[in-house]
Amino acid sequence: MKRLMNIEPSRFWRTFLTIVPFIVIIALYWSASDARLAENPNDKLLPSFTQISSAIDRMAFTENKRTGEYLFWQDSAASLYRILLGITISAAIGLIIGLINGLLPGVRAGLSPLVTIASLVPPMAILPILFITFGLDELAKVMLIIIGTAPVIIRDMQSQVMQIPKEQLIKAQTLGASTWLVTIRVVLPQIMPKLLAAVRLSLGAAWLFLIAAEAIAAQEGLGYRIFLVRRYMAMDVILPYVAWITVLAFAMDFSLKKMSQVCFPWYHHQEASK
Amino acid sequence: MSFLQINNVWKSYGQAQILERLNLSIDQGEFISMVGASGCGKSTLLKMILGSEVATKGEISLEGKPLVAEPDAERGIVFQKYSVFPHMTVLQNVMVADEFTKSFLLGRCFGSARKQVKQKAESFIDAVGLTPAINKYPHQLSGGMQQRLAIAQALMKAPKILLLDEPFGALDPGIRADMHVLIRDIWKKNNLTIFMVTHDIKEGFELGSRVWVFDKVRHDPQAPMAYGAQVTYDLKLDTDKTPDIAALTQKIAVN
Ligand SMILES: Nc1ncnc2c1ncn2[C@@H]1O[C@H](COP(=O)(O)OP(=O)(O)O)[C@@H](O)[C@H]1O
Ligand SMILES: [Mg+2]
Repeated sequence: MKRLMNIEPSRFWRTFLTIVPFIVIIALYWSASDARLAENPNDKLLPSFTQISSAIDRMAFTENKRTGEYLFWQDSAASLYRILLGITISAAIGLIIGLINGLLPGVRAGLSPLVTIASLVPPMAILPILFITFGLDELAKVMLIIIGTAPVIIRDMQSQVMQIPKEQLIKAQTLGASTWLVTIRVVLPQIMPKLLAAVRLSLGAAWLFLIAAEAIAAQEGLGYRIFLVRRYMAMDVILPYVAWITVLAFAMDFSLKKMSQVCFPWYHHQEASK
Repeated sequence: MSFLQINNVWKSYGQAQILERLNLSIDQGEFISMVGASGCGKSTLLKMILGSEVATKGEISLEGKPLVAEPDAERGIVFQKYSVFPHMTVLQNVMVADEFTKSFLLGRCFGSARKQVKQKAESFIDAVGLTPAINKYPHQLSGGMQQRLAIAQALMKAPKILLLDEPFGALDPGIRADMHVLIRDIWKKNNLTIFMVTHDIKEGFELGSRVWVFDKVRHDPQAPMAYGAQVTYDLKLDTDKTPDIAALTQKIAVN
């Protein structure tokens, strides 16, 4: 018998083991929900799958009589717009400032401590300031995502740039490269995969800030809806919304990973052969 | 006037004196091997010639003019590790050497300019024997092949001086012998002035036309950092005769 740490599951077992926990959770939920509803048919805490699917139908596939809109898709579009805009701007800021900070000692001396301190300000604590300065509409929510994620990305990019061996930078100079060309041909391509990785890691924080901002002040959005229907204990709406947010988060993470593999194959081969 | 002149150069890092009183003159076409104990300052002198470090005192001049105080295309370098770009193929790694100076804005050439650079790059890749690996990335190459690539990059700029910092230190003995043949050939063909740091005395004598041995002359047991190393032996080898390495090595070891 091999040691436990040396036993690798086969392909079949791997798939099987991936699915099992999900099935177990669904089965547990089912039986718990059944039990509660048998006792009290008006129980709201654990709605049955039929109740959930009719809620989904109501939110996603039935026109709102008053506005003629489909609430679920409207919420999704609003939230996706905010988070994609926020995280894109964050990534751009993180890349540019991180790159400059990492490469130019003169700029780093001035900016690096500021970024470190800025990254320690709790973003939720300044949410009221954002609402006061940027109003209650889109800008404040996007700003919260940016303020919450950009400093971390900046710091990560800066340290990634500084980890590029000095030998490479000197070599480029002996080949006649200017600071600009070292930046765009040597440093930038090497930290792009690291940027995608940093963005993937900050997606969780971005969703957190988005939902928090929507919960406090919004007229639409996935987070807004969840907190709105909470008043009626509408678990049949909350649960599919949470599942949907998870699916969206997963899809974003997965596409960033694929994007990195397609755009920077050299990086992933190199990491795999280490 | 000599090609490269080192005039009373001293170098210290903080309290630690690394090198002192270096007075050396080098003619064009010399191949200088630098040997000495680890940490005695060989790489430091190499970096001062490269321009990535500045002498604390004294001056180094190239063809009568003070050295440019940052790395430039006149001085090529091959480090023991990390001197190629991991995100570029062999061909791209060599082409970029010319693209850096031909395209100030993008660092990339297109059309006929690209064709020209590509042709030149291919000839240097061929010269170092990397043609079969031309489309591979550095992580797919062996250590010896990566060093060949680093040499090809440097040759693209036709540098006046080629600096090698333990270039073969991480290679297997068999591959090292191949590299010796290559570097000797390149030195002869390109009329290069080469400075090579090595921890292998035998390699130093085999390749060099001149060997510098670094050692501390003065010692203060109370303050081991107070004095720096100097060139204690400056041996010009007659390249036509194979030097009596064993005797020379012994002579150095005695001191
Ligand atoms: N940037 C630096 N700052 C401080 N000390 C350094 C620096 N670079 C090298 N040294 C010290 O200088 C001495 C000589 O280093 P080096 O020239 O690399 O030795 P070697 O002869 O092995 O190539 C070593 O003791 C090293 O610790
Ligand atoms: Mg060294």
